[in-house]
Amino acid sequence: MNYHSRKLLKLNLAPWRMATVAALLLTGFGVVAGRAFYLQGLNTDYLQGKGNAVANRNLTLPAHRGMVLDRNGQLLAISTPVESLWARAQELKLSPQQHAQLAKVLDISPQELSRQFKRRSRGEFSVRRPVTPEQAVKIAAMGAPGLVLRREYRRYYPAGEVAAHVVGFTNVDDLGQEGVERAYQDWLAGRAGERQVMRDRKGNAIRDLAPIKTAQMGGNLALSLDLKIQYLAHRELAAAIDKHKAKGGSVVVLDAKTGEILALANQPHFNPNNRRNYEPGPMRNRAVIDTFEPGSTIKPFVAAAVLERGLYRPDSVIDTPETWRVGNKLVRDVHPHPQMTVTEIIQKSSNVGSVKMAMTLSPQQYWETLHRSGFGQRPGSGFPGETAGRLRDPATWRPVEHATLAYGYGMSVSLLQLARAYMAFANDGEVMPLSFLRREPQEVIGERVFSPAVAREVRSMMEAVTQEGGTGTRTRVPGYRVAGKTGTAHKLVDGRYAPDRYLSSFIGMAPASDPRLIIGVVIDEPSGAVYYGGSVAGPVFAQVMSGSLRQLGLPPDAPETATKVTQDSTRAGGGA
Amino acid sequence: MSRINFILAMVLIGSALGLVQSQHQARSYFVELERLKKEALALDEQWGKLQLEQGTWANPARVDLLARTQLGLITPPHERIRVETLSDTP
Repeated sequence: MNYHSRKLLKLNLAPWRMATVAALLLTGFGVVAGRAFYLQGLNTDYLQGKGNAVANRNLTLPAHRGMVLDRNGQLLAISTPVESLWARAQELKLSPQQHAQLAKVLDISPQELSRQFKRRSRGEFSVRRPVTPEQAVKIAAMGAPGLVLRREYRRYYPAGEVAAHVVGFTNVDDLGQEGVERAYQDWLAGRAGERQVMRDRKGNAIRDLAPIKTAQMGGNLALSLDLKIQYLAHRELAAAIDKHKAKGGSVVVLDAKTGEILALANQPHFNPNNRRNYEPGPMRNRAVIDTFEPGSTIKPFVAAAVLERGLYRPDSVIDTPETWRVGNKLVRDVHPHPQMTVTEIIQKSSNVGSVKMAMTLSPQQYWETLHRSGFGQRPGSGFPGETAGRLRDPATWRPVEHATLAYGYGMSVSLLQLARAYMAFANDGEVMPLSFLRREPQEVIGERVFSPAVAREVRSMMEAVTQEGGTGTRTRVPGYRVAGKTGTAHKLVDGRYAPDRYLSSFIGMAPASDPRLIIGVVIDEPSGAVYYGGSVAGPVFAQVMSGSLRQLGLPPDAPETATKVTQDSTRAGGGA
Repeated sequence: MSRINFILAMVLIGSALGLVQSQHQARSYFVELERLKKEALALDEQWGKLQLEQGTWANPARVDLLARTQLGLITPPHERIRVETLSDTP
C-alpha cells in the first residue's frame, strides 16, 4: 500500500510532530522496559523474598513427650495440649467492655488485668498459662486484637502423689527434673519436625516446598511398677505414719524372680500436678537416696557368712549371756536366753549371739560377705541420685566396729539396697539386677551371692522370725508362709545415738517356700508407745504383702491349720 | 501438512488441558491430605485427653473409695476363701 498515493490517508503533518510523538512513545516504552528490567533483573531477589514471605511458611511440627505407663498399661504421665493466653503489646487494643469481660473469664479483677498488661510495652508476653478449655473458647469468641491463644503441651500425672517419687516430674520447658522423667529424658523427649509450605490466600497449605522433616514423637515407657500394688503400699505406709506419728517412711516391693521394682512409696509425699508450693524435702525419694543404719536387719548376712564357711550349722548352740564385752563396749540383749541356736539368734534377734558369730570371722571375711551382697555399692537401678551407702575398708575396723557391724551399726544402707540384698535369700542365692522398667523374666541374668543351700537355711531361720517366739509375729499373712527380719535401730543425732529416736524396719519375703515378692518397710521416728520394727513396720509389711499376693494370684503355700492367726498373738519382740 | 499441524495442535491443547486438570487434582488432593493430617492430630490429642480422663477415673484411690463406701465391698476374711487347685493331668 502506498500511503502517499491515497488522498485520504495522506498526512499533512509536519515531520517534527511525528518525530516528537515517536520520541515520546519510545521514551514511554523505554521507561516501562527499564522498570521491568529493574524489578525483574536487578531487584528480583528482594522482591521474590517478599513474595515468598507472604506465601511461604516454615511450620514447626510439634512432637510431644512420650507417656509413662505402669506394667499393665495404666497411665502414670502424659503430655496433653493446653491453650495458654499470650498478648502482643503493640497490637493490644481492648474496649472497656472487652477488658471487663476478659477479667471475668480469667477470674481476676480488671485492675489486676491492667497491671498484667502494663508489665511489658513491647513484644509478646504470657498472660495466663494454661487456660482451661472453657476459658479458651470464651477468649477466642471475643476476637480481641492482640490476644493470642497458643497451644502448648502440659504434663499430667493421673496417679498423682501415689507414684510421684518414682515417676518424678518435668519443668516448664518439658525437661525431666526428678525420677524416671529425668533418668529417661532422652527417650521420652520428642524432637520437633519442620516443613516448608506454600500457602494460599486463606492460609491453607497448598504445596510442600522442601522435603518434610518429620517430627519424632517421644517414646513411651513401661515401668516395672504395678499401680495397684503401688497404691496399696502408698496407702498402708501413709496410714502407719499417721498412726505412729512418724516423721517419714518408705516401702519397696521387689519381684524376687526378676529384680523388677513393683512398688516404691515414700512419706512425706508431694503432688506432681500442683507444684506451686515447691519444697524439696517431700520430693526426695528416700528409699533410694537416703541412708540409715540397718540395725538387726543385717543379722541374716552374719548367719550366712558363718554358715557358708562351715563355722556353724543352723542348730549349733551358742552361749549367749545377757551382756558381752568387746573392747570397752558392752553388747546387750533385750530378751536374754542363756543358750541359743543360730536359728534362735536370728528368730529372737540376739545381739550377743550375732556378735559372737561375727567375731569368729576375720574383718576381711565379714566385709567380703557384705560387699558381695551389694553394701557400699550403688544398687544399679539407674535412678538419679541413687546412693551407695557406706561400708568402710576392713583394714580400718577396730574390734568394737567389727562387733557393732554384726548388729548393723557403723554402716549405712538405703532401703532399696537392703531389699536388693535380701533377694539372695529369696532367690536361692542369686541376686537379680534391679530395674524400674518392665522386663521379661528370661532376659535377666542373676549374680550368685550365696550357695542355694546357705540361702535356704537362712530363709528358714527368717521364717522362724514370724513364728511363735520370734520378733516378727505381726508380719504374718494368712494362707502364706512368710520369712523376714525385723530391725529397730537407734538414730544417730549429732554424732550420738539418741536413746528415744528409732528407725523401725522389716524386710521380708513370701511365699517362703518359693519367694516371689520381697517387701522392705522402714518407718522413721515412730513417736508412739511402740517402736519395735516388728510392731511398727511389720503390720505395714503384712498388709502390703497380703494384698500384693492376692493381686498377683499366687497360690497359698501354708496348710490351712497353721495359718489360724488370732487377733492378739502379737508379742512385741526385742531386737535392737 | 496442514492436517498434521492441526492434529498436533489439538494434541497440544489436549495435553495442556490435562496438565491443568492434573494440577488441580494434585492441589485438591494435597488440601485433602492436609485436612486429614490435621484431623489425625486432633484425634491423637483427643485420644490423649481421653486416656487422661480414663486414668483419672480409674485412679486406684478413687476405685478403692467407691468400692468401700458406695458398693460396700470388703476383702473376704481368710476363713471364707477356699483355694482350688486345678490339675492339668486327669
